[in-house]
Amino acid sequence: MSETSNLRDELSSPPKGPTRKQIWVGFGVLVGLVLIWMIVAQWPDWLDAILISKKAFLSAILNGLTLAGLYFLVASGFTLIFGLMRNVNLAHGSLYLLGAYVGYEIATRTGNWFIGVGGAFIAIALVGLIMQILVFRRLEGDDLRQTLVSIGISIVAADLMLAVWSGGTYQILTPEWISGAIKLPVVTAERSNGTLVFLKYPLYRLIVLGVAVAIGVALWLTLNKTRIGMMIRAGVDDREMLSASGVNVHYVFAGVFALGAGLAGLAGVIGGSALSVAPGEDIRYLLASLVVVIVGGMGSITGAAIGALLIGLAEQIGLVYFPTYGVVLTFVIMVVTLAIRPEGIMGKRL
Amino acid sequence: MRITKRNLLALTLSTALTLPGIALAQDGAIKIGLLATFEGAFTVLGEDGERGAMTAVNEFGGEVAGHEIEIIRGSSDASPDSAVRAARKLVEQDGVKVLVGPLSGDEGIAVKDYAKTQPDVTFINGSSAAQDTTFRDPADNFFRFSTDGAQWMAGLGTYVYNEKGYQSVATVAEDYSFPYTQVFGFMAEFCNAGGTVPSKSWVPIGNKDYSSVIAAIPDDVDAIYVALGGADAVNFLSQYQQAGGEAPLIGGSITVDQTVLTSEGRLRDILIGTPAAGPTADTNDSEAWLSFVEEYKKTDGAFPSPSLFAHGYYIGMKAALLALEETGGDLSDPTAYREALANLEFETPTGKVSLDENRNAIADIYLTEVVEGPDGNLVNKLIQTTPQVNQTLGIDKEEFRALGAVSRENPSCP
Repeated sequence: MSETSNLRDELSSPPKGPTRKQIWVGFGVLVGLVLIWMIVAQWPDWLDAILISKKAFLSAILNGLTLAGLYFLVASGFTLIFGLMRNVNLAHGSLYLLGAYVGYEIATRTGNWFIGVGGAFIAIALVGLIMQILVFRRLEGDDLRQTLVSIGISIVAADLMLAVWSGGTYQILTPEWISGAIKLPVVTAERSNGTLVFLKYPLYRLIVLGVAVAIGVALWLTLNKTRIGMMIRAGVDDREMLSASGVNVHYVFAGVFALGAGLAGLAGVIGGSALSVAPGEDIRYLLASLVVVIVGGMGSITGAAIGALLIGLAEQIGLVYFPTYGVVLTFVIMVVTLAIRPEGIMGKRL
Repeated sequence: MRITKRNLLALTLSTALTLPGIALAQDGAIKIGLLATFEGAFTVLGEDGERGAMTAVNEFGGEVAGHEIEIIRGSSDASPDSAVRAARKLVEQDGVKVLVGPLSGDEGIAVKDYAKTQPDVTFINGSSAAQDTTFRDPADNFFRFSTDGAQWMAGLGTYVYNEKGYQSVATVAEDYSFPYTQVFGFMAEFCNAGGTVPSKSWVPIGNKDYSSVIAAIPDDVDAIYVALGGADAVNFLSQYQQAGGEAPLIGGSITVDQTVLTSEGRLRDILIGTPAAGPTADTNDSEAWLSFVEEYKKTDGAFPSPSLFAHGYYIGMKAALLALEETGGDLSDPTAYREALANLEFETPTGKVSLDENRNAIADIYLTEVVEGPDGNLVNKLIQTTPQVNQTLGIDKEEFRALGAVSRENPSCP
């Protein structure tokens, strides 16, 4: 801890009292203990009265986590592209939707969901690559034009997709063995005859969460532990210097753009299987990723994870406990973040 | 960085705005505005509404009393402000004197309020079915030939209580005027028969993730009444299936509509056997219905059987054209045209329709159950017909008014 913050701690807390860090750790442990108790214990009636039921509360938390996983998949690509290239790609939502449609087509034709997921990733990565080379490379450093052009692309893409796939709602079918619900080892209630009621939860959603965590860890490791990651980070900090040290920056840019776009396409199939695919999803996920990266901090993978967690949990808890005003909660979080930390929770000042 | 996050958001939101198309007027043609949801979550519904309206226009050979009919489309996204914006464009820019639409409940109330500011224009409802579009504070120039959401529920509450033996039911519905009306219509009968509704969930329109809502439904209810439309219904049903839901379902009118029954996915298993009620029944074998289905199927992209949106817009458009025929295609005197509308009584594919003094339809309602059709499609099988249901559901008008306006809390029988 630096001297100034030590000084601040001493000024703000009484002498001999716990330091700020200790207070936070204590608070964290307390919250953790309360959560563990809420998961393990049989709920007393007064708690049921406040939170509807243990099942509703735990499901809302789990749903918030899985939704956060989905948001993270979309937003991580968005934040990567922005972080490295200062390129605000407002057609990111269209990539998500296109990925979902492509995945649907491949999965129904081949009958294999996994080929659908992989195919969508590759197809959308290619689309992203082409967009980078044909459009964004020409507009490098010209933020306003990039923004307007990408909005233009998203509007044209939305109408083209409407023409091809019409306005219907599509559902991408997951393999039999991962659809349906499983029993989690958490008791939500006890019937009057003594049998225990376990929490049932869709297996597929747990897999979504697992995939998101795996991809998040892989991204973090790539960025922080590999040579390519080092180049990308160097590019984020100082593009000219990286270029001067003999790295072909254009290759790095194109690669990152393709990866970011591919992640959006992948998220499209995964999200389209958990929820559904329909026109309008593009704007919805674009807005969600914007909010996530604004809260988390633009250009940071960890920030995207934190932002996705906050927004996902807020959305689901809002939906269960105050549905009418739930939508506001997301934006309250964004406004508060902008007011306290305008650069986002993990963001650097630009 | 010159781009601020605020600018970014403003730009993002601005993408939601689209420019309306420009229509060219022909001489001597009668212009009729067609307002439906051609964008947003209810796109499929709006497109089918248009098919219904065009079926009626084709039936007249595209002309009335020697005047060609010119249809000008206006698009909304199911939000009231977009409906009013589209209606304004049709009335104030394109100069239509007759407007058929809108599609969704809140839109209907907003357009009704707008209608009061345009006394020269006649508005005929498409398929919007909120109660207060015509019941409380109606507009003189707004006509509804397609009945409301509470009327559509006629017979259902009694049927599930007596025949299915459901004593307690939880409801899941979208949070706006039309589902309030549907829940009201269902509970009016169900609670009267002795049933209870311990839990009501209202979800925002366009919600994608229903799993938390599903988890909050009490375990001890006998069935779940679902009044969701279009993509919302598909999302709820498939997630209910994923979550291993076991309680049987009861359908709101648009939940088991063709727009939902025809969507891809594993909805089939949980939908078969679902009782519902509405203004149409797919297996209706009356001659009028069969010939309507045949005509409807000639339009582009038609469903195996017309949805109730196609039905609503068909009836509205047909009424508009029938009244035009009576005035000889003359719209110069709106009073004469409205009188012709108000006195209209005609046979539709679903029986006789006439208007009450609030200009709301009195018509037959069908109780149905989802079954697998001969070619594998899911269809609504006709169980029974409730003849000539009026807006007060057969209750005395003042007594009905005393029940209060429909809302999240009204009615209530926990």
